[in-house]
Amino acid sequence: MDKDLLPKRSFAQKYHVRGIGGTILFFFLLWGSAVMTGVNWGDFFTNLDQFFDLLSRMAHPAWDYTNIVIQPIIETIQMALIGTTIGTLIAIPFSVLAARNLVKNPIVRGIIRFILNLVRTLPDLLLAALFVAVVGIGSTAGVWTLAVFSFGMISKLFYETIETIDDGPLEALRAAGANNVQVVVFAVIPQVLNSFVSYFLYTFEINVRASTVLGYLGAGGIGVYLQRSLSSFRYDQTAVIVIAILLVVIVIDAVSNKLRERLQ
Amino acid sequence: MNDRPVMIEFDNVQKVYPNGTVGLKDIDLKIYEGEFVAVVGLSGAGKSTLLRAINRMHDVTGGDLKVDGQSIVGYKGKELRNLRRSIGMIFQDFNLVNRSSVRRNVLSGRVGYYPTWKSSLDLFSSEDKKRALDSLNRVNMTEKLYTRVDELSGGQQQRVAIARALMQDPKIMLADEPIASLDPLTATAVMDDLLSLNKDLGITVLANLHSVPLAMKYADRIVGLRAGQLVYDKPIAEVSQDDFEGIYSENEAVKEGALNG
Repeated sequence: MDKDLLPKRSFAQKYHVRGIGGTILFFFLLWGSAVMTGVNWGDFFTNLDQFFDLLSRMAHPAWDYTNIVIQPIIETIQMALIGTTIGTLIAIPFSVLAARNLVKNPIVRGIIRFILNLVRTLPDLLLAALFVAVVGIGSTAGVWTLAVFSFGMISKLFYETIETIDDGPLEALRAAGANNVQVVVFAVIPQVLNSFVSYFLYTFEINVRASTVLGYLGAGGIGVYLQRSLSSFRYDQTAVIVIAILLVVIVIDAVSNKLRERLQ
Repeated sequence: MNDRPVMIEFDNVQKVYPNGTVGLKDIDLKIYEGEFVAVVGLSGAGKSTLLRAINRMHDVTGGDLKVDGQSIVGYKGKELRNLRRSIGMIFQDFNLVNRSSVRRNVLSGRVGYYPTWKSSLDLFSSEDKKRALDSLNRVNMTEKLYTRVDELSGGQQQRVAIARALMQDPKIMLADEPIASLDPLTATAVMDDLLSLNKDLGITVLANLHSVPLAMKYADRIVGLRAGQLVYDKPIAEVSQDDFEGIYSENEAVKEGALNG
């Protein structure tokens, strides 16, 4: 084939200017961040023995502590379940109002999305600190933290799901004289229900993991015991707690993954 | 040409889309009660827009449109929903909810007659449940009552869609390319169903069709659109195959000639 007939690549395309430039920039930023934060590789390795010391002390878990741990770990799961449920229930109407294919009015949608973006910028630890200050130390603070956190996360997942549905059935329902609520009930919900349940389980998984740490700030659950054992240098108890958390997270992840696979 | 009452009347109807595209231009057209009218024309000629103007899925930008003697261009809210529930519509892609059962899809055609809370809780009257069975029976789909729609073939889905539209107890049936996604054999079955609604139930049918032979076989009357304008309107007895060259030709000169044809 005659080479002159092919379209010409621009200079940037021919020498991969973007790819090479981006890589150089990335390494430059990496190096810059290391210098500014004073990362010291020497310190990291000289302190490794402390790490092993900790590990060896955790190597003999205080198994009799297990009975005490069971109650707070159940509380942690309950916190996650209630928090996720409350967050999901509030997220449903918001996600409907934020979906481009359901709400044509850009102002309503804009306001709703602004609120959702705002909620999502709050990290869960900050929320926990906030709610502990408002409702006091205990699992109530944890539940509210997880509710707000899951609300922000789920509403975004939900409205993005709603925006991917087939608009055909919506048109058919409108053409049959259905009002907006009826369109949502008969044409939207059947299309999104499985994804919604799947996202609920996914958020629940994340919340179980998150709620183990929330106790650190006084928001109830197993985290309270984690903090107590660490600050009293009872690493044998810490080991029991870590193992318990690990088991619970693995079991819940496995169950939820199985369920979500079935929903596909 | 007709002593039957007028069902749909376009009076100098215009439709210009917000981006300036002309959808419909100077449409004057009367559809009589009980007619089976086929609308033919190239893609983009305005066939879909014409159909959707009748149930106001598209708003017209000029002129007047009457359905059953009432001007519908100013309808809003409840009035508009009542107009829509009296007009059935079927679509090229069937527009059923794939994850729901045939039963629920068919019943959803009736929601226009129910208050929000009642329909949302699935509280359909036993009369309407029977109506769903009758509708399915009419299109020979009764045995699929509890099947999920995504397990049905295209032709079966379109027949379920017809049953859903029948639930509305419609005076008019709009069919937007009802057979464009179907193979020739199932296409004929679906067209037969539409014809039986027209002949047995007296429902006025307006169907957009790509296939001129099918239009000639089923319709009482054929209207042709070209670039948003009505370029052809003849009862089936006067239609000849040669007429369609004007409607389907890309040639500008032919188009000018066909404007009065």
